Amino acid sequence: MSYRIVTGLLLLSSALFARAPEGIEAELAALRAAVKSSQSAGDNAWMLISSALVLMMTGPGLALFYCGLVRKRNVLGTMMQSFAMMAVITLVWAVCGYSLVFGEGTPFIGDLRYLFLRGVGAEPNAAYAPTIPHQTFMIYQLMFAIITPALIAGAVAEPGRFGGMVLFSAFWAFLVFFPVAHMVWGNGGFLNAYLGGKVPVFDFAGGTVVHISSGFSALVTALYIGKRRGYPSQQMMPHSIVLSFVGACLLWVGWFGFNAGSALAASSLATSAFVATHFGSAAGALSWMLAEKLRKGKASALGAISGAVAGLATITQGAGFVQPFSAVLIGLIAGAVCFYMVTAVKDRFGYDDSLDVFGVHGVGGLIGCTLTGFFATRAVNSALKLASGQSAPLGVIDGHWMQVPNQLTGAAIGIAFAVVGTLIALKITDLIVPLRIAERDESTGMDLTLHGEEGYNFEA
Amino acid sequence: MYKIEAIIQPFKLEGVREALKAIQIDGLTITEVRGHGRQKGHKEVYRGREYNVDLLPKIKLEMVIPADRKDEVIRTLIGAARTGSIGDGKIFVSEIADAIRIRNDDRGEAAL
Repeated sequence: MSYRIVTGLLLLSSALFARAPEGIEAELAALRAAVKSSQSAGDNAWMLISSALVLMMTGPGLALFYCGLVRKRNVLGTMMQSFAMMAVITLVWAVCGYSLVFGEGTPFIGDLRYLFLRGVGAEPNAAYAPTIPHQTFMIYQLMFAIITPALIAGAVAEPGRFGGMVLFSAFWAFLVFFPVAHMVWGNGGFLNAYLGGKVPVFDFAGGTVVHISSGFSALVTALYIGKRRGYPSQQMMPHSIVLSFVGACLLWVGWFGFNAGSALAASSLATSAFVATHFGSAAGALSWMLAEKLRKGKASALGAISGAVAGLATITQGAGFVQPFSAVLIGLIAGAVCFYMVTAVKDRFGYDDSLDVFGVHGVGGLIGCTLTGFFATRAVNSALKLASGQSAPLGVIDGHWMQVPNQLTGAAIGIAFAVVGTLIALKITDLIVPLRIAERDESTGMDLTLHGEEGYNFEA
Repeated sequence: MYKIEAIIQPFKLEGVREALKAIQIDGLTITEVRGHGRQKGHKEVYRGREYNVDLLPKIKLEMVIPADRKDEVIRTLIGAARTGSIGDGKIFVSEIADAIRIRNDDRGEAAL
């Protein structure tokens, strides 16, 4: 009986195998294509949402955060400095910016292979993000190029002149952002840990590219353009912490797109970066509040949101490399150190960084860059492989001490480009249009003199 | 006729209005104002920097009343607006030469 069954089965299976090759091959191919397309659909959905979230960080997030901190007469002008980047940098990016960052080119700047976005379409770029359309990758990275110069404007929010700052930002993108972003993220970039860099730097979402570069550029810009008239003897109170509060909360939410989106896929790495981002921000807020309570007696709303932003800026570099409690530690350090920077160090040196871009983003970015060298671990991110095929040790907690000097080299190069590039961009702009608002207009305010409007129109 | 100008704490406005209503003082003009007397201001701290806020928000009430009601109105105002601490405000009294009702040309106390 059992012999019959076995024979029957054998006959049946041999009949199947005889017919197999064509049918199964075709089915397997169809299955592979279906898996690929559904992964691409999932990743693409997340990346498009992330792109929108990062844009939301500039407008309205940053615009609100900044405009609440200036005086009433400058509210629209400050918002416009953020918003204008959404228009200007977008066009620069489309024409050649994207290509200069992500074209292979040299170790320091990309080439012009994607000039006018030629060849940037539905087909994924395998080197950067193999599961999403190249165009999605392009639009996502654009949002970073927009927010970075928008951050700088905060350092000269009140004395900066609209036209001058817009032109400066365009020059700055070419002289600082495009080269630094290419070095860290571009194929063959000098600091790219994954695509053939000489000095491997881990910068998951732009701690160096966005925060160190904007923070140090902001300091140079503030020193170059000079203090607000009457600073610091005259009082220049923020006119609405409420607006800043809403803006900071939008920044926090948008930052999930910024950091978790930098996984470039809807993957578990994105989840890990999301968690690290949230923990870093929470710890930053708490730590700033505690420092303020201890030093000044009260934990303020502005302090809490500043701490959250400091935590976010600091966790950016390591978001996709560190474990949740490393993120907490990074956030705690960020809140306390940035608090000290904007309350004590700024006054000691006497520069007028009106919205503390250097103290929060420059210093936060630098701390985050360094600490990533300590806390980056292959337990979180195993993408970097050794020649043997095993995942490479990343930071000091993996036993890789050399990563700290690597990170510091990356930061130093970022700072050097920021300082020199910003000075050149300021000098060139200065030859074409004034960078600083006229003395008489400064007391009337930017809104009326530069834009012909008022933010709060009581006669309407 | 007298004009009574009372500068009071904003949070006392409701109580003062009720008290005035209770003694049938109906004509009233209210302005949100800023200023300081001896109270001076307070300090606010933003990102570690201290700011002196000298001009504090107050409410100014103005009413013009018949001469014989002056003391009663002042007593009512004080009763309703006093907390006993610094910053309670002031009352100023001045004589009014004439009052005219725009609608029908009534003059003097008849216009009030």
